[in-house]
Amino acid sequence: MLATKPSERLSMFTRALENNPQENVTTTTNIKMRVQNLNFYYGTFRAIADVTMDIPENRITAIIGSSGCGKSTLLRTLNRMGELVAHTRTQGTVLLDGENIYDRNMDVVLVRRRVGMVFQRPNPFPKPIFDNVAYGPRLLGVRGQELEQIVEQSLRDAALWDEVKDKLHESGLALSGGQQQRLCVARAIAIKPEVILMDEPCAALDPIATYKIEELMLTLRSAYTIVIVTHNMQQAARVSDFTAFMNMNPQRAGVLVEFGPTKQIFTNPTKPETEDYITGRFG
Amino acid sequence: MTLATRTFSPKEFKRRLRHGDVIFDALTLTAAALVLLTVLAIGLQLWQQSQFTREAFAWNLVFSADWNPSAEKFGALPFIYGTLQTSLVALLIALPLGLGIAIFLAELASAWVSRTLGFLVELLAAVPSVVYGLWGVYVFAPTFVKPTGEFLQTFVGFLPLFSGSVSPQYSRLAASMILALMILPTISAVSRDVFQAIPRAQREAALALGATRWETIWQVLIPYGLSGILGAVILGLGRALGETMAVTMVIGNNYNLVASLLEPGSTMSAVIAGQFGEAASSDAFRSALIEMGLILFVITLILNMFARLLVWRVARRVPTELRV
Repeated sequence: MLATKPSERLSMFTRALENNPQENVTTTTNIKMRVQNLNFYYGTFRAIADVTMDIPENRITAIIGSSGCGKSTLLRTLNRMGELVAHTRTQGTVLLDGENIYDRNMDVVLVRRRVGMVFQRPNPFPKPIFDNVAYGPRLLGVRGQELEQIVEQSLRDAALWDEVKDKLHESGLALSGGQQQRLCVARAIAIKPEVILMDEPCAALDPIATYKIEELMLTLRSAYTIVIVTHNMQQAARVSDFTAFMNMNPQRAGVLVEFGPTKQIFTNPTKPETEDYITGRFG
Repeated sequence: MTLATRTFSPKEFKRRLRHGDVIFDALTLTAAALVLLTVLAIGLQLWQQSQFTREAFAWNLVFSADWNPSAEKFGALPFIYGTLQTSLVALLIALPLGLGIAIFLAELASAWVSRTLGFLVELLAAVPSVVYGLWGVYVFAPTFVKPTGEFLQTFVGFLPLFSGSVSPQYSRLAASMILALMILPTISAVSRDVFQAIPRAQREAALALGATRWETIWQVLIPYGLSGILGAVILGLGRALGETMAVTMVIGNNYNLVASLLEPGSTMSAVIAGQFGEAASSDAFRSALIEMGLILFVITLILNMFARLLVWRVARRVPTELRV
């Protein structure tokens, strides 16, 4: 039995919340993506049940919740990566600037160009650093000097340029894990997506590399809409503007329990389930 | 307690079992050494047994095109050419086809289709080569190879490779195409396994950047699996170079040096298999056949080493933990 009271445990996040520039929550912003009555099935198993939430533009939205509650699955419905797995089905709508990305006429390739992704484990291609970043722009037909500029700018924006500018022709796999992940961020922003999805981007990184990725997210926020899935609640408290808490319903399907400004979710949650999870009384 | 009784204690028994390791190690080492010894022994025997023709005709056997055993003329050039020609053409046909099958099975087909079709493709490898030969002569050559030959002659007949008359039944093209069918399962099954071993993360990285399936396959998956695909090609080529029965049955066993794919020809393995009976009475004849065996052996060895080198060069670019 833990001696601390829930209210005291909440103070664990005080410092993290203080470090988080919160002014973004009060100023109003557009809704970039709208998830409406979303259900996702693996075969007959419903992994996500009736999720409805709004993702604000130029903000960082964190999705937290216990393992297996469907956080990553939900994230992957936002750029239609979920459907790559066989026997899956998506129901409901996901609006990107008011357009349903699951619409029959929607080109999935275009959706993924607008909604980029960074994965849990760094996954650079076994190609030179330059070619890794240049991959997306090249698909769009960018060549020559323009391409070099985009690569440099992307690497700068990903806070990696100074570390790699002298070895752009070495393999991306020769970098450290943290550098590889920033390379993956550079690769993702090289095609100027509107939204960046991050699926536990720091899960395979040490604290220093994690810190750098978090810094990066805060600087990217002004230009991109970021959605991050994280297991690390300190991280959610440090960087995100809004937090979505997911949990499993009795049928083991993921449901959205509560969505709100990060500070409110961490200090004054409205649902007892959220408070239980945040104070560690979960399960 | 004497030392003698201790030997039979359970503890001692266990210790002895553990010492079985030594025996087991020795056994496996022997087995491995046997492979090396067999290769060396074959090479040595081929070298020794072909001494007669090597000394009598020097390099003539390799460079002369005149094959007339009754006049003791042994020029194997037409057969060396035939072996290389049919194998390479077979590879040229089977590689794109096999790669296409592999990509379809691993990337595009549903699990059910992939399993069923994959099984059928592997079944192709189980058909005995004599059955391929028989089917090749009576069905495949007249109905498919002949029209293909006529088509090639009409459009690219100005090339020496497609000149001459179109043989209705026996031809190098028929042999090449049958060989292509025979190495197809090897190339497609091995390449499919290569594709399936590529981490999902690589595909997802490309797709998440807005790459199409086609772009993902060509720009990410094939470069990633290149060393494995080259491995599949080596296996296929090895089989094509050595294949005897089906080739002998469809190639027509013409001993003249003709460039054209469309006419009958012969290969080293076909000549060796077809003539070793007659060769028993003549030392020179037998020696000539054995020297051809030596040439085949050396060609296979060189091609394999070259291919290994290619695989190694490609694999070096990918760190060990990511190697397929």
